[in-house]
Amino acid sequence: MADIPTDAPEHCPGTTSEQAGKSSACQGCPNQTICASGATKAPDPAIEEIKLKMATVKHKILVLSGKGGVGKSTFSAHLAHALSSGDSKEVALLDIDICGPSIPRIVGLEGEQVHQSGSGWSPVYVEDNLAVMSIGFLLGSPDDAVIWRGPKKNGMIKQFLRDVDWGELDYLVVDTPPGTSDEHLSVVQYLSGAGIDGAVIITTPQEVSLQDVRKEIRFCQKVKLPVIGVVENMSGFVCPKCKNTSQIFPPTTGGAQRMCEELGLTLLGKVPLDPRIGRSCDEGKSFLNEVPDSPAAAAYQTIVQSIKNYCSSNLTSAAHTD
Amino acid sequence: WTVSGHEGNLRGVQRVVLVLSGKGGVGKSTITTELALALQHAGKKVGILDVDLCGPSIPRMLGVSQQEVHQCDSGWVPVYADPQQRLALMSIGFLLDDPDEAVVWRGPKKTALIGQFVRDVAWGELDVLLVDTPPGTSDEHLAVLESLRKHRVDGAVLVTTPQAVSTGDVRREITFCKKTGVKILGIVENMSGFVCPHCSECSSVFSRGGGEELAKLTGSVFLGSVPLDPLLSASIEEGQDFLKAFPDSATYSSLRAIAESVLNRLQD
Repeated sequence: MADIPTDAPEHCPGTTSEQAGKSSACQGCPNQTICASGATKAPDPAIEEIKLKMATVKHKILVLSGKGGVGKSTFSAHLAHALSSGDSKEVALLDIDICGPSIPRIVGLEGEQVHQSGSGWSPVYVEDNLAVMSIGFLLGSPDDAVIWRGPKKNGMIKQFLRDVDWGELDYLVVDTPPGTSDEHLSVVQYLSGAGIDGAVIITTPQEVSLQDVRKEIRFCQKVKLPVIGVVENMSGFVCPKCKNTSQIFPPTTGGAQRMCEELGLTLLGKVPLDPRIGRSCDEGKSFLNEVPDSPAAAAYQTIVQSIKNYCSSNLTSAAHTD
Repeated sequence: WTVSGHEGNLRGVQRVVLVLSGKGGVGKSTITTELALALQHAGKKVGILDVDLCGPSIPRMLGVSQQEVHQCDSGWVPVYADPQQRLALMSIGFLLDDPDEAVVWRGPKKTALIGQFVRDVAWGELDVLLVDTPPGTSDEHLAVLESLRKHRVDGAVLVTTPQAVSTGDVRREITFCKKTGVKILGIVENMSGFVCPHCSECSSVFSRGGGEELAKLTGSVFLGSVPLDPLLSASIEEGQDFLKAFPDSATYSSLRAIAESVLNRLQD
């Protein structure tokens, strides 16, 4: 998991390893002197700065999935909507999917821009108590591609955590891209001082998705990130005409239920495929407000309640700073 | 993992096609698998290079997840999905001891492995090499383009689902292709419509028409749409050849037509 600079030789031991600057591969590397000095082994000072910034944020929740397109952003947005509705909690949603930011569209803020204030970047607000930050707000046009390698993406995530004027928050929900790479390592590292309550893992029922999700769970174990639980999304489709249920993405290996039993994880719930969820996302509206009496909305509410319960029994999130 | 590769490993490869999408989970790997099978059935010799290092799905989709790669004098021998050796595959999935193992790598390490994949796989003679990519426009995409450029890149097939949230990400991928000079062979719309097996009502589960609209908007060729078909999902899950098993289905016709269009576009 060590950092390897782009100009490093092939067998670079990583800038934070014990061998940094000392191994045979380091001979001739332009970074050898700085690695040998030990400076690169010290933790990034940003971790401490972010810890200070996050002192006013009670709960931090990551939404993860090894697989793409399983509904991470849809879930993150609806989790944020649900947490901010009713009992006047302060909620923020941070989108660290740098190359595919979908959150602005899903929360109906496409085309909005971030403003600079004296205390940093101001997030964009959906409601008075629901703030959103995404690289989408920094792009000029919907066609703009962010063609960045890892280090630049990491710099952006650092800025999002350290330089955004988050204010007092009850919940910070972080939506991530698929995979187990730069963005994931960076957000966990940068929040390691501040502490993360845990991760919610999203999957769809089929094995092609679960096989990637198991990797993500392995990632959580490696970086000592607690797993709050697993959500099975797109779980069965009810035909709007004949009301029969079809398994569009068949759970051939027992779905999330079996995986949770095998790995000793909590299954937070199953959200059925409902075309109205996708439509709400395209239109930037909250499905929970649009169709509150649907089975999918009920499933969402149950899941959100479990996450709330997890967080409130976990009041001292600073306890996770190992 | 270091193999003495030969720069000439791609010399026998006639055409190289990237399968791209800004969005995850839209069916890049499924479309790659079915395209490869369709081309193979059309008598072509096909290779698939899976550069999704954090989530390799193709080995399972072709039913070869238990196989291992071997080495020969000219590099890695790919895994063949058929006894006639007309469909070859290389994926990081073959290099992991434990299928649940997470490849927790930052960019530079991914770039190095992709360079090796492009350089060191002994493909032999291939009509078409399909490159399946992870979502996004980042390290893997730049790495595979940089490495393949020395040989050739004939174009990209872009995969999207119908809804705006997905086409939004694919618009960014189109910009990536323009900036890097990759020809867009066309756009495939996947998961468009679901026909209820009980009452035959067609539901637009993920909205409708987004792929064709996107093609018009960006002046790209629309290659066709593939419906949501539980039989296709099941075949992909079990690593079975859908095209062989269900030649009478509507999904079969769409996939065949898309493969033909891609072949035609490659002749241009």
